[in-house]
Amino acid sequence: MKIVVCVKFVPDIQADRRLGQDGRVVRDGGDGTLNELDENAVEAALALAEAAGDSEVVALTVGPAGAEDAVRRALQMGADRGVQVLDDALAGSDVFGTVTALAAAVRRIAADGPVDLVLTGMAALDGLTSLLPAALAAELDLPQLTLAAEVAVEDGAVRIRRELDGASETLAAPLPALVSVTDQANAPRYPNFKGIMAARKKPIQVLALADVGVDPAAVGAAGARTRIVGSSPRPPREDRVLITDDGTAGTRLAQYLAERKLV
Amino acid sequence: MTHPADGPVVVLLDHHTVDGAPRLRPPVLELLTLARGLARHTGAPVHAVALEPGLAAAAADEVGRYGVTVVHDVTVGDADRHLTPVAAEALAAVASRAGASAVLATSTFENKEAAARLGVLTGAGVVSDATGVTREDGEVVVSKTVFAGTWTTRCAITTPLAVVLVKANAVPAEPVDAPTEPRTEGHAVTVSAGARRATLTGRTERAATGRPELAEAQAVVAGGRGTNGDFSAVEELADVLGAAVGATRVATDEGWIGHEAQIGQTGVTISPQLYIGAGISGAVHHRGGMQASGTIVAVNSDPESPIFEIADFGVVGDLFDVLPQAAAEIRRLRG
Ligand SMILES: Cc1cc2nc3c(=O)[nH]c(=O)nc-3n(C[C@H](O)[C@H](O)[C@H](O)COP(=O)(O)OP(=O)(O)OC[C@H]3O[C@@H](n4cnc5c(N)ncnc54)[C@H](O)[C@@H]3O)c2cc1C
Ligand SMILES: Cc1cc2nc3c(=O)[nH]c(=O)nc-3n(C[C@H](O)[C@H](O)[C@H](O)COP(=O)(O)OP(=O)(O)OC[C@H]3O[C@@H](n4cnc5c(N)ncnc54)[C@H](O)[C@@H]3O)c2cc1C
Repeated sequence: MKIVVCVKFVPDIQADRRLGQDGRVVRDGGDGTLNELDENAVEAALALAEAAGDSEVVALTVGPAGAEDAVRRALQMGADRGVQVLDDALAGSDVFGTVTALAAAVRRIAADGPVDLVLTGMAALDGLTSLLPAALAAELDLPQLTLAAEVAVEDGAVRIRRELDGASETLAAPLPALVSVTDQANAPRYPNFKGIMAARKKPIQVLALADVGVDPAAVGAAGARTRIVGSSPRPPREDRVLITDDGTAGTRLAQYLAERKLV
Repeated sequence: MTHPADGPVVVLLDHHTVDGAPRLRPPVLELLTLARGLARHTGAPVHAVALEPGLAAAAADEVGRYGVTVVHDVTVGDADRHLTPVAAEALAAVASRAGASAVLATSTFENKEAAARLGVLTGAGVVSDATGVTREDGEVVVSKTVFAGTWTTRCAITTPLAVVLVKANAVPAEPVDAPTEPRTEGHAVTVSAGARRATLTGRTERAATGRPELAEAQAVVAGGRGTNGDFSAVEELADVLGAAVGATRVATDEGWIGHEAQIGQTGVTISPQLYIGAGISGAVHHRGGMQASGTIVAVNSDPESPIFEIADFGVVGDLFDVLPQAAAEIRRLRG
């Protein structure tokens, strides 16, 4: 089985995340990481590959120079090789620009052997739109099985269970298919020393837009369907109160809420 | 079909089932209010789309009170309307036939999936997690909070059709002065093979809890590890406030409460007017789902807890003392 797992390089959520004058994420390196939720996608890919035997897991990213760190992390966990689409023209891509580049790269990977499964995380912890998986499935004309809390492949078909706000669903589709997994799907393995050493020798292929046949005008700020017109940090919360319970804190809390018409 | 700027603003009607009948979910009324504001800039009408059988008829009067002139009642033949790619094609068909300028839906996971495919099908730009939408210099401009509510951005959608996913509690719902009598237009949509490549093999709807839905509640009381599995104090305060009950992942992983109660980056994102967190440390994953709330109250026995960094009203104390006392005082104040 050949599995492509999409991984994104994002600013560390523990760090101070900022937007620049142009409204784009400040990615000044250092504190970027593999999107934590993509570790679940990598883990799912590895587990399915191990179960199927004779498989290949390709970690794919679309992103700037530092983004190969995210791919490297996936290789340390056990992915076999990496592909990075890197091109200045990608800066400022919206979801659809990113999808155009990812889909072209998946087709390119499929050129030397069909891809059975495309896996993604449930959300990237910076953009946090959760729009990408469904858009990528549509672009690649693959069955869409999203937000899997459980995923299994058997007899050329994939089955998932997903938990929505109001319902629990099971879906099935023949391969090839696109599956996004949630953090409930598994517990990602931690790369061990052997994995870290092995990853050093694994190849990461860097592709420009021309290599995957994408017109630079179709992606990045030029191709984007949205344009940021402004951004500002939220003003700090004013008049904050911190009290220690002396036996009356509950009453004071109720009075605070009543004063603010919140009860 | 073209999408002129004065084309209808189309709102997807979300529903839940109450006593066996489809009913509008409260955030739809907020959406209709926003849609009216957006439509006013170009003198466009506001339309609604119903994908659930019986919803168009059941909701007609209510959407009329919010100024809707047409309800599109869509059937999808033998395709499964619960599949989000099917919903996307239904929306694309309505947007095209109506010559819509914008499609508005609530920012749920299902609607995000439908919107993403709608974007691929129609070339429309999509913005998720919006808190406001207006028109400036002819373009649809959307406000959204990002990075766990610590930043606000505004972005223009530059395509003729704009798709906007709006968070619950973005604006108060406001009916119109003179209700309309919406006309119902039926559409039988033929769904493509591409939208049916996956099959829905099972679907179990969760029974209603009797409390407001977490994602749309105006007030939320949440409990974490500090409850030690006893949610009674959290539930008691939630019930006097008419609030939804939420939790951290620790509490849902422990099985103290259902997974659907999880607030956070991998659970439900909420922005109620009031959030009360009890026995919750304020981990970044949790904060990502609640930091955009109006007023934040924290009750925690450890003064060093990071949740106090973002609390408007913090109580260092035992939740089993503070919450019941607060509930009792609220009952007393109400008389
Ligand atoms: C704060 C912020 C808000 C944004 N809002 C919007 C918006 O409303 N509309 C819009 O069109 N664009 C938006 N963007 C741009 C958008 O985030 C990027 O185009 C992004 O690459 C895809 O969306 P996402 O990060 O939200 O991914 P999600 O849809 O949340 O990610 C789901 C999964 O897709 C995969 N994935 C995502 N990006 C990549 C990548 N670059 N390489 C490999 N795999 C990937 C990962 O597996 C990930 O787990 C926003 C960006 C930021 C920083
Ligand atoms: C990929 C990933 C995704 C995640 N997604 C989420 C998510 O979406 N949502 C989420 O919530 N978490 C998420 N988590 C987990 C998150 O990192 C934290 O572990 C979790 O939020 C902590 O829950 P807690 O505050 O209940 O527990 P703790 O951090 O253990 O805090 C318990 C608090 O209770 C206080 N306390 C104890 N007893 C009392 C008492 N009697 N009265 C008052 N206070 C008391 C303690 O002082 C302490 O501060 C995620 C983690 C990962 C790795």
